[in-house]
Amino acid sequence: MHELSIATNIVRIAEREAKNAGATDIRGIRLEIGALSGVVRDALEFAFDVAAKDSMLEGAELTIDEVPVVVFCADCDAEHELPSPPRFRCPGCGTRTGDIRQGRDLDIASLEIV
Amino acid sequence: MSRILDVRHGVLKKNDELARSLRDRFQEAGVFVVNLVSGPGAGKTALLEHTLTMLRPDWSVAALVGDLATENDATRLARSGAPTRQISTGTTCHLEADMIEDALDGWDLADLDALFIENVGNLVCPSSYDLGESVRAVLFSVTDGEDKPLKYPTMFNSADVALLTKMDLAEAVDFDHDLAVHNIHDVRPDLPVFDTSTRADGGLDDWLDFLHAQRTASVTPAPAS
Repeated sequence: MHELSIATNIVRIAEREAKNAGATDIRGIRLEIGALSGVVRDALEFAFDVAAKDSMLEGAELTIDEVPVVVFCADCDAEHELPSPPRFRCPGCGTRTGDIRQGRDLDIASLEIV
Repeated sequence: MSRILDVRHGVLKKNDELARSLRDRFQEAGVFVVNLVSGPGAGKTALLEHTLTMLRPDWSVAALVGDLATENDATRLARSGAPTRQISTGTTCHLEADMIEDALDGWDLADLDALFIENVGNLVCPSSYDLGESVRAVLFSVTDGEDKPLKYPTMFNSADVALLTKMDLAEAVDFDHDLAVHNIHDVRPDLPVFDTSTRADGGLDDWLDFLHAQRTASVTPAPAS
């Protein structure tokens, strides 16, 4: 349960970025959360409301884009998206692979500012 | 009228940057750093106490230990004779790079060959926080259940080595060793896995050999002056 510290980071970064862009308010925020980020969506949504209180993000709409795991399979010489929960086998040929190319994401993608 | 501001900012960027600078410091000082992670009760402290004791004749070692509360683990580790500091995280369920930086205050890294960091017992959150370590070791005990890697894939996937602990109890709890290793390799193919026991003679030999090899490989020797 580290979502509150994650949410606090999000609020701090978003406020700084918004102020740098000359904004007076943040109406919305879009996050990209990888399936392997270690963050639980529901817990983050709950923590966000707490962290956003009395900040520029209070009342802002939170949108979370979930980023699937993509691995590289050396046998196929190709990247493949894994189903959830991920089993680290190539969906194409069944070879085990832990070569993760996407899915650890924990990013602020954009802000809707005024 | 609102507008969309493209941000593209990693939420943990600050921690990642601090971890990178710690890694540079460790490298420069020739310190090999191991981050031990596991769920509560997997045996991190026991393993570390024995590891420190057995390495001490050859290496100058120190330990940092993170817990939500109490200094019990630091007291236990100090029995090894190695310098030890407790990091009380309060309500935080993992260690972060800035806590490591603060805890190192006053220690001359150049005096150390290796630093062991015992993370907070938690198989979720510590996986997201780089501490500047050379090696991340995930422990799981024979009493934990063979499916732990499947339940916590991020932690096992981000590790550099897995240690099966309390192997002396394996038979008593019908531990399925092949299944455990199979599950580890399902989330991280080719991850080195070592059986360990702090009670059996030679129960840490493979782990200690691994540490020696990794330290040689990861630490650039300081140039002769």
